[in-house]
Amino acid sequence: MFFIYSSTVSMARSKKHYPDMQQLVSKLQLTDLALWTEARYTRHPSQADLFSPFQDFPSALEHFPAGSVIGPVRPGYE
Amino acid sequence: MIMGHVKILEYALSCCWRRKYKNFAIVAVYSFTISILASILFLTNSLKTEVSAVLTHAPQLTVQALSGGRHELISIEYGSIIRKIPGVGEVKPRFWGYYYDSLTKSNYTMIGVTEDSSDLQLLEGELPVDPGQCAIGSGVAKIRHLAVGEDLVLIDSSNMGVVLEVTGIFAADSALVANDLVVLPEQELVRFFNLPVNRATDLMVQVYNKKEVNNIARKIKEALPDTRPITRAEIIRTYDAVFNWRSGMMLTIFSSALIAFCILAWDKATGISADEKREIGILKAIGWETTNILELKFWEGMVVSLTSFFIGMIAAFIHVYFFDAPFLVPVLKGWSVLFPPFKLTPNLGLYEVFTIGFLTVTPYVASTVIPSWKNAITDPEDVMRS
Repeated sequence: MFFIYSSTVSMARSKKHYPDMQQLVSKLQLTDLALWTEARYTRHPSQADLFSPFQDFPSALEHFPAGSVIGPVRPGYE
Repeated sequence: MIMGHVKILEYALSCCWRRKYKNFAIVAVYSFTISILASILFLTNSLKTEVSAVLTHAPQLTVQALSGGRHELISIEYGSIIRKIPGVGEVKPRFWGYYYDSLTKSNYTMIGVTEDSSDLQLLEGELPVDPGQCAIGSGVAKIRHLAVGEDLVLIDSSNMGVVLEVTGIFAADSALVANDLVVLPEQELVRFFNLPVNRATDLMVQVYNKKEVNNIARKIKEALPDTRPITRAEIIRTYDAVFNWRSGMMLTIFSSALIAFCILAWDKATGISADEKREIGILKAIGWETTNILELKFWEGMVVSLTSFFIGMIAAFIHVYFFDAPFLVPVLKGWSVLFPPFKLTPNLGLYEVFTIGFLTVTPYVASTVIPSWKNAITDPEDVMRS
């Protein structure tokens, strides 16, 4: 029952919601989700300095709880 | 032959019912643990789905300037150097920044736009065109109690109050990407932040052939060593890492729940009650084979663990998709004042169901069968006397 519900909802959203969101992202050239607004490296994790979240000085303690949700990013191009 | 197994299953059910209070307690704890694990998996999975559906339309290649290892404003002149690289189409400067609103103690993301909004589906109203206008995200509208046509007052970089008429508000459905946005006309944003002439926050680069994006990124880095190109694939990979179930806080909660479950299973495995021992002894004495006893205990374990598994999965599904994960959102939210309310798309796959099933049902059934096997191979008289 849940499988049927999941696929029905996701099909409905992929028809209407996702194209609208894609249009918005494309128009405003957005790069990140607006989940964590407390610091610039949590608001835009993909645009942050490579050594974030330790921005203030090397080995500085993390200030924000969101920093512990965000895992380290693997360096290099795909 | 099959009737024999059915009878053992029937006897197992009656055994479970005989110890109903103990079993109810186990099912309650077990279901709770499974619902925590499943909620985390459902939530992160759905967020990953949103990212892969939405951010596939993010800029193909963004180029930042670096100074002292930090993100700096980039010279717009770099655009003409990048444009000369074969395969590169348009290069556009992007103007954006952050604004701390001391009135509401929240941070806004301010973006400059030049395009018109005639066909934006998720915008009530329109994008700003003239200086003194702005469009805002639903989070900003809510926290500042604003509607279209009202004024938003912000303090610019020269400490002067700026009155901006709200020409549009992004729909609540777009909150996941636009909750904290304040969109201004590009020139107004440059003036607001007092950005130096010929400098932008970063550059967006269009690449004709998608397969060439990484090559072009490499060429940009060679031509302009003080820059950092960020590809769309890297953006998506960043969020994959953030919402990967093996990373960060999610792992902490996940592993705590798993450890709690292991303690429960270990307790079961090491301590088999005197009543259960006596029962095994009696069954052996009246002619049950060791394999029958193992089958009985297997069914008992399966009944308890499958009941808990289904209750836990259903509870997690309702928690995440019908109530928007109220118990997990505070963990995700951190210190964000403007946290978007999001309606997640259910993304239930066989992989998730089997992962949770394997991590929980298998150890529980094993921990039920193994101590019973130890007793079942002992002499019935010894078992009953011990």
